[in-house]
Amino acid sequence: MLYREVGDFKTTYQADGQTFPIAFDRYRYYAVMLFAFAIVPFLLNDYWVKAIALPFLIYSIAAIGLNILIGYCGQVSLGTGGFMAVGAYSCYKFMTGFDIYIPGGEEWVRYALPPLNIFFSVILGGVMTALVGILFGLPSLRIKGFYLAVATLAAQFFLVWVFNKWEWSFNYSASGQITAPERFLFGHAITGPNTEPWATYLFCLVFVTILAIVARNLTRGHLGRSWMSIRDMDIAAEIIGVNPLKAKLTAFGISSFYIGIAGALLFSVYLGAVEVGEVFGIQKSFLVLFMVIIGGLGSIFGSFAGAAFMVLLPVLLKNVLVGQLGWATDIAAHLEFVIVGALIVIFLILEPHGLAQLWRIIKEKLRLWPFPH
Amino acid sequence: MSADFWFGVEVFLNGLMAGVMYSLVALGFVLIFKASGIFNYAQGVMALFAAQTLVGLQTGLIPFSHLINAIFGTEFHHFGQAAPDWWIETYSRGLSLLLPESLSLSIAGFLGVYGPTILAIVFAALVMLFFAILVEKLVLKHLVNQEPIILFMATIGLAFFMEGFGELMWGSDVKTLNIGIEQGGNAWFEENTAFLGGEDFYGFYLDTLDIYATFIAVALVLALVLFSQYTKTGRALRAVADDHQAALSVGISLRTIWVIVWTIAGFVALVAGMMWGAKSGVQFSLSLIALKALPVLMLGGFTSIPGAIIGGLIIGVGEKMFEFLIGAPYLGGATENWFAYMLALLFLVFRPQGLFGEKIIERV
Repeated sequence: MLYREVGDFKTTYQADGQTFPIAFDRYRYYAVMLFAFAIVPFLLNDYWVKAIALPFLIYSIAAIGLNILIGYCGQVSLGTGGFMAVGAYSCYKFMTGFDIYIPGGEEWVRYALPPLNIFFSVILGGVMTALVGILFGLPSLRIKGFYLAVATLAAQFFLVWVFNKWEWSFNYSASGQITAPERFLFGHAITGPNTEPWATYLFCLVFVTILAIVARNLTRGHLGRSWMSIRDMDIAAEIIGVNPLKAKLTAFGISSFYIGIAGALLFSVYLGAVEVGEVFGIQKSFLVLFMVIIGGLGSIFGSFAGAAFMVLLPVLLKNVLVGQLGWATDIAAHLEFVIVGALIVIFLILEPHGLAQLWRIIKEKLRLWPFPH
Repeated sequence: MSADFWFGVEVFLNGLMAGVMYSLVALGFVLIFKASGIFNYAQGVMALFAAQTLVGLQTGLIPFSHLINAIFGTEFHHFGQAAPDWWIETYSRGLSLLLPESLSLSIAGFLGVYGPTILAIVFAALVMLFFAILVEKLVLKHLVNQEPIILFMATIGLAFFMEGFGELMWGSDVKTLNIGIEQGGNAWFEENTAFLGGEDFYGFYLDTLDIYATFIAVALVLALVLFSQYTKTGRALRAVADDHQAALSVGISLRTIWVIVWTIAGFVALVAGMMWGAKSGVQFSLSLIALKALPVLMLGGFTSIPGAIIGGLIIGVGEKMFEFLIGAPYLGGATENWFAYMLALLFLVFRPQGLFGEKIIERV
């Protein structure tokens, strides 16, 4: 009775094309939103925010971004870590005052913007990453498939190297690290050492909500359809009039924008201090890739499911193996590798389309319940 | 000629040697890609796992000792005997019945030094064979007819699994692998090239290990080429590489071929792991050399064995020379991390199928 289109008559085109056409789904969505915005902030303590909520939200953004590129446009990228680093470092530059040096007379003169608000710094971090992403997306017009995947590794290693060596990018700090200074939004600390759990949570949640809604609608619209046609068969898409240059570069740009924002949030709100090789290495690229695969390629919900899975699994394993059984942490870490690896293989064998497909099957069953067909 | 020039030549030679080492890893990739169209990301981890197994067998480590100790609270890690000495003794005694005493003694002496290593290599090869069968039974069999990208992801999962499994089995500490090749520079080569330069030139410094690796790589490539050209199985392999369905229709068992290919790739991984392990210790970073083999593949083309060798040499020489000429003096060094990828990227823009890859023909 609950999960039905029956009796839910649409009288306008707008109502017919909405994201959640089934009334029950719509109310569930409102309930989730209400729960996330109005109830969770009161329940959170420091541990929950640091261990689960923030990584889940931030990696969701990264997974949505990568899903746009791989799941919707079919361009495999292994450069996620490098792009996240661009987001983090440009966010850092903007929040500490973006400076340039211009030769004037005898010596170099420093011109600097005033430090920007953290909200705009994060967004500008995303914009800078989008530009870099488009640059590294250019080879995708010539290279396809595995060749492209390996080509994006160039972005990964090159960008990490750049932020290691280019002293301007970390403001000439002696340690080579970037550390987020304390920044406020509406009088509440968002970054720095004295943050409230609910403030950082809500700050990330706003980004996640807006970006997820935008992504969902982008992928349903003209742009998303041109991406998907490129993914399914690029030559055929070109013949029916999809511009591959435009489709591929917008996919790279928008995907990198999302990934850049995830990187900026990861650095400024979650970690606070970052050493580029450690945080944004190749492992990060694979982590986000796994989220996308396990969650489901070509699904926004799947990105959330995958991010939740990959964030929760290590926490769970660590609590059980180290906390309950008292094993050494290194053995638990190795076992985690074994389990994650096995799970990925099992997932690919049983359900190559990920958690999102399971969810779709459940929904289909619900619609027909109590009948089997 | 100035000493700087000769130093440049030395960098060039070392680049060639490094390139050979990359090619060793890249070879395994090409074999599997040709025969099954699978881009096997786990190749590097296979090399690591093979090297770990080799060290473990050679030094008599007990598998899973850390895990067992954690569960049952026991405290053991080695078998009593480091190597099966009795085996060598029996063998040499048996030999002395057949051969004159002096010869059997020298063979026994050889076995006394190299016996455990040879035995360990044989057993490690058996482990790789067993691994290939398991992979086919548990993973590949279920993924027939899936898209290449799904298979690629599956091998990433496999890589993660093996990485954790290898470290659970043999421990995560850095192990030294001694395969009886001396460490450090080759004295003979250094002395005999000293005359080339002036007063302040002392000859080229080349790692002995790298020189051995070169010979082994050449032998390996020759063996592989001969195998695939002149044996029945080799012909079957090439048939599968050309067209799966056509090969099936003439009665070639795809599953047997896959086991064979993964076994050969496992042997190649064992050789690569042995060389890299002896050079820089058996440790986690060994699995990352797989990533370095990727630009080699792109340059050479995914389907070409000679391509893997030449690509390796170009990458090895290119990154060493770039670091020597431009990276270290002007860019702050450590350009070796990315140069290979950038070179491959730029190269692919002009020739998308690599140097020796088959021309990509697309049909709608």
